[in-house]
Amino acid sequence: MTPNASSLYQYSVERLGPPLRLMADTIQEVARRSSALWGGIMLCIIFSTSLLFPLFYEVDPLAQDLLARFLPPVWLEGGSRSHLLGTDNLGRDVLARILYGSRISLSVGFSAVLLGEFVGIILGLVSGYYGGKLDSLIMRTADIFMAYPFMLLTISVIAVLGNSMFNLILVLGISDWVIYARTIRGSVLSLKEKEFVEAARAAGTRNLPIITRHILPNVISPLLVLGTLRVANIIIWESGLSFLGMGVPPPAPSWGRMLADGRLYISDAWWLVTLPGLAIMLTILSINLLGDGLRDALDPRLRNVSN
Amino acid sequence: MFRYLLKRLWHTVYVVIGISAISFFFIHLSGDPVMLMLPGDASMQEVEHLRQKLGFNDPLYVQYWRFISKAVRGDFGESLYYHVPAMELILERLPASLELSFAAMFLALLVAVPIGIISAVYRGSALDMGSMLAALFGLSMPHFWLGIMFIMIFSVKLGWLPTSGRGTPAQLIMPAVALALGLMAMFARLTRSVMLEVLSLDYIRTARAKGLREFFVIGKHALKNALIPLVTVAGMQFGLLIGGTVIIETVFAWPGVGRLVVQAIFNRDYPLVQSIVLILALIFVAVNLLVDILYIYLDPRISYLEDE
Repeated sequence: MTPNASSLYQYSVERLGPPLRLMADTIQEVARRSSALWGGIMLCIIFSTSLLFPLFYEVDPLAQDLLARFLPPVWLEGGSRSHLLGTDNLGRDVLARILYGSRISLSVGFSAVLLGEFVGIILGLVSGYYGGKLDSLIMRTADIFMAYPFMLLTISVIAVLGNSMFNLILVLGISDWVIYARTIRGSVLSLKEKEFVEAARAAGTRNLPIITRHILPNVISPLLVLGTLRVANIIIWESGLSFLGMGVPPPAPSWGRMLADGRLYISDAWWLVTLPGLAIMLTILSINLLGDGLRDALDPRLRNVSN
Repeated sequence: MFRYLLKRLWHTVYVVIGISAISFFFIHLSGDPVMLMLPGDASMQEVEHLRQKLGFNDPLYVQYWRFISKAVRGDFGESLYYHVPAMELILERLPASLELSFAAMFLALLVAVPIGIISAVYRGSALDMGSMLAALFGLSMPHFWLGIMFIMIFSVKLGWLPTSGRGTPAQLIMPAVALALGLMAMFARLTRSVMLEVLSLDYIRTARAKGLREFFVIGKHALKNALIPLVTVAGMQFGLLIGGTVIIETVFAWPGVGRLVVQAIFNRDYPLVQSIVLILALIFVAVNLLVDILYIYLDPRISYLEDE
């Protein structure tokens, strides 16, 4: 008997350990939705370009060339092959700056979400599992954070700490913990009444192993969904802060700063304000597509949460 | 119902206290305003004297208490930079921000709710797919970039609308639309998913079985329940919107609170930043309280449940 491709796939999936099998199943489930598949593919392309661009595009994003200022993109009259997407007011290469900017946006976006999730997971687990005074303290603090004007919080903290990539990640990450903590707390509240948790408790398992081994794995999927969608929001915020001059400090070319600089030359050089914005939009769009797909595949209940 | 209201009010009080404490201590970490107020060659003695005079040498909790006890009487201190009461500056700028937020919110709901309903009723149709795709794009564009694009197209290229400022309706159009599009996308998606959920419930089938016309089933029976999550989210977004106009106000030189706060932060104008954050948070909390009160009418179950 010759196994065909699909049964071979089934066979190899069944041979995997449970965590890997779950991952393979999830990927299969997500990939079944064409929009999610497109989002995933686009994001992969964006990621690998961001990582590998020095291999095929070796233009220095900071190199100024005052003789080649305001060159339009190559397909327009006066465009130059050495600057595919044109140059800015100091003759710096726009494509190189956009490519470099993707590193800033993606690393801030993903690191901030990881940090926020880390804080949110711990507080949410503690709050939901132990309940009582600790729970109400954490949840009351969450209420206060929710009411604090988020944009102002990040702006004022950045103004205090000074703007650096590290501070940006710290501020955006930590101010985002509430959403994760609330989601996790909700899941934990219902999970801890489930039989398998009762059984573990009856068998004499301590609290910590119950939390890490029985409860945590069950809250991973809502976290994954929420986290993906939050990355999109964080990247938009990061570009907004950069736009206000509170992002990653110059000369590093972030997308928001490119927009702020280009705005001054809006009537002469449309590409300076259009292209970095398109880069933001494409990135956010692919993350949103993937996030929507993940949500539908993993946790339809989350449909009304966020976005 | 009274217990429910009391609970909500208590919630409001501790949130306000918490917010004022956070913003107070935060701002105080941000450096020494005395240095900014005096000329660069001021002697240590002069610095010390001014500090003493303004009360910056007192322990933080004394300063916080002083701030709070004045604040409840409506006195938010004096701006270190403009040398006028902070409250005066805020009241001067607040109408502009409120106007912009109201316009954006109104526009967003006006367009999004009908689109969401139609998309849910004609699920899977070309109209549904098209509007949801548009919504996805709407969610993916930073509003300040949209604003810049609008300026480039409608002001610079076509010359139809003024680039900045406030006063005429024409000046309101671009910032309001730029702010509204993201909200529109969010509300359209929310309305659609809530309507889909509601339309599958039993009481809708009953209403249809009674022979009610589809228009009433959707417009009256279904919409009433779909409104609950929509009102919650809209209330929350409105509160966030007033603080979130910071960037769009910068783009369009809109003379609102958002621009004021950015300048205040750069000037290290402690009392002004404190007051703005507090006022915006108060508005947010008040809007949410209003939504909670609205629930009593929209969803009587909530207040009954809490009373038990």
